[in-house]
Amino acid sequence: MLIRKPNDIPSSEITPERVYINRREFIGKSAGIALGGAAGSALIGGGIGGARAGGPRHLSAQTPGGQRDWSTVRSERDEVLTPYEDVTSYNNFYEFGTQKEDPARNAHTLEPRPWTIEVGGLCANPGVYDLEDFIRPGTMEDRVYRMRCVEAWSMVIPWYGFALKDVIDRADPLGSARYVEFKTLHDPVQMPGQRSRVLAWPYVEGLRLDEARHPLTILATGVYGRDLPNQNGAPIRLVVPWKYGFKGIKSIVSMTFMEQEPYNTWKRSASFEYGFYANVNPEVNHPRWSQARERRLGELRRRETLLFNGYVDQVAGLYAGMDLRVYY
Amino acid sequence: MNKKRSRLLLKGVVWLLGLAPAGWLFWRGVTDRLGANPIEEILHRLGDTALIFLLVTLSITPIRRLTGWTSLASLRRPIGLFAFFYLTTHFLWYSIVDQTLDWDFIVEDVVMRPYILVGVTAWLLLIPLAITSTKGWIRRLRKNWQRLHRLVYVSTSLGVLHFYWQVKADTYWPIVATTVLVVLMLLRLRWRKGSSHVSSGGEVAPAGQGSSSD
Repeated sequence: MLIRKPNDIPSSEITPERVYINRREFIGKSAGIALGGAAGSALIGGGIGGARAGGPRHLSAQTPGGQRDWSTVRSERDEVLTPYEDVTSYNNFYEFGTQKEDPARNAHTLEPRPWTIEVGGLCANPGVYDLEDFIRPGTMEDRVYRMRCVEAWSMVIPWYGFALKDVIDRADPLGSARYVEFKTLHDPVQMPGQRSRVLAWPYVEGLRLDEARHPLTILATGVYGRDLPNQNGAPIRLVVPWKYGFKGIKSIVSMTFMEQEPYNTWKRSASFEYGFYANVNPEVNHPRWSQARERRLGELRRRETLLFNGYVDQVAGLYAGMDLRVYY
Repeated sequence: MNKKRSRLLLKGVVWLLGLAPAGWLFWRGVTDRLGANPIEEILHRLGDTALIFLLVTLSITPIRRLTGWTSLASLRRPIGLFAFFYLTTHFLWYSIVDQTLDWDFIVEDVVMRPYILVGVTAWLLLIPLAITSTKGWIRRLRKNWQRLHRLVYVSTSLGVLHFYWQVKADTYWPIVATTVLVVLMLLRLRWRKGSSHVSSGGEVAPAGQGSSSD
């Protein structure tokens, strides 16, 4: 096992928090600069990084002046953000319990630092990184995305992260690689929900390589300009805004390039109900409930669900010629 | 006198317990403690409560037989009516608040989603039972009253199925509910077999405080 448990790592190797925060501050600043010039094209899907001064995003490093006024931020469809309290208290993260409020209550046992991510499989440049090294190629920015759960509720969330493509390029997948697979930490001590057999652990998710390289696909390390709370998948998680929320695997410890389609956890749990693709689609119902509408948290009346969660212009090309009823 | 007083006390407790879930939900609503999705939270808690009350109704006869505490029988009507009250509220909450009376979707749900069809059927079956729960109806229907009120077994079973059918992966509580239901039904089956030749009857005796003297 290449992934070391926290207590195997000598304390001399653990980055002091001060240094780590400074690093993030630097990353944040350089991202802000980079986006200053590239705003617009880089902001598909309602990215707002360019509008921001590029200050530090870390909670403990925030200064009152550098704090963004999130109340004025909107998605590209002019949707208001779901409040931070709701985004961080209503979560599906079965590693901490199956009720929505369980993760916020139980996830304090997760230790998101230090954190190691293993990159492997069919790629020219495999390696084991600590989190800070892993995200180094990434250009950090805020991205406002809709999040549509397969259970027919949705949120609008300002993530903070970088394009998955940035770290795929560094790994340099081989020509034979067609998919990338991710795994969540498997540690029943840190994740008490894994003591129950409600799902097969560790949680597995995956994407086709072209989906993974799509500019909308990001790895998020923060939300609302702060580090991800544990219940939202600290320290790093996947966000694929045109797919149902369960594709957004949390607390990632490995990324593996493969030739065959990864066997994702919910498909394994009930393949009749959950597929590999899991694209948001109002026309393809869940066998037990309708996907035509959704409840946006905080709203009374249900909304119409949008094809590919409203990102149809950007992603429809990925599925040209595919029968979305078969590849659900 | 003394018996009457304890019966009154028992009734008071039932009313208190019957109204407590509604009061608790109301309190959480007023103090903003329903979480990020209050509509769903209320919907689910009303459904849970209805199912719990249905199972409690079904457990009264077995408990009475096991303990010999005969005055328990008088609690079946109020508890059953509380179950009906919560189930009705659950359905109204679903159609008025959750679906905002969009009839196209409600009809589609009822027709296309088996678990909703099953839930609605459970509610519909309870309506005649609630209507005929008065003393007058008990007298008027005589033997048929017992037959009619056996529908509560069907309704509760459908309720458990409805609960089971919507869970994504964690079947813990649906399994608990199923187990309780199965145990209660098996006890009845055993007693029914045992009493078929003794003809002690009373198993489906009408609810209400006056049942024994009617």
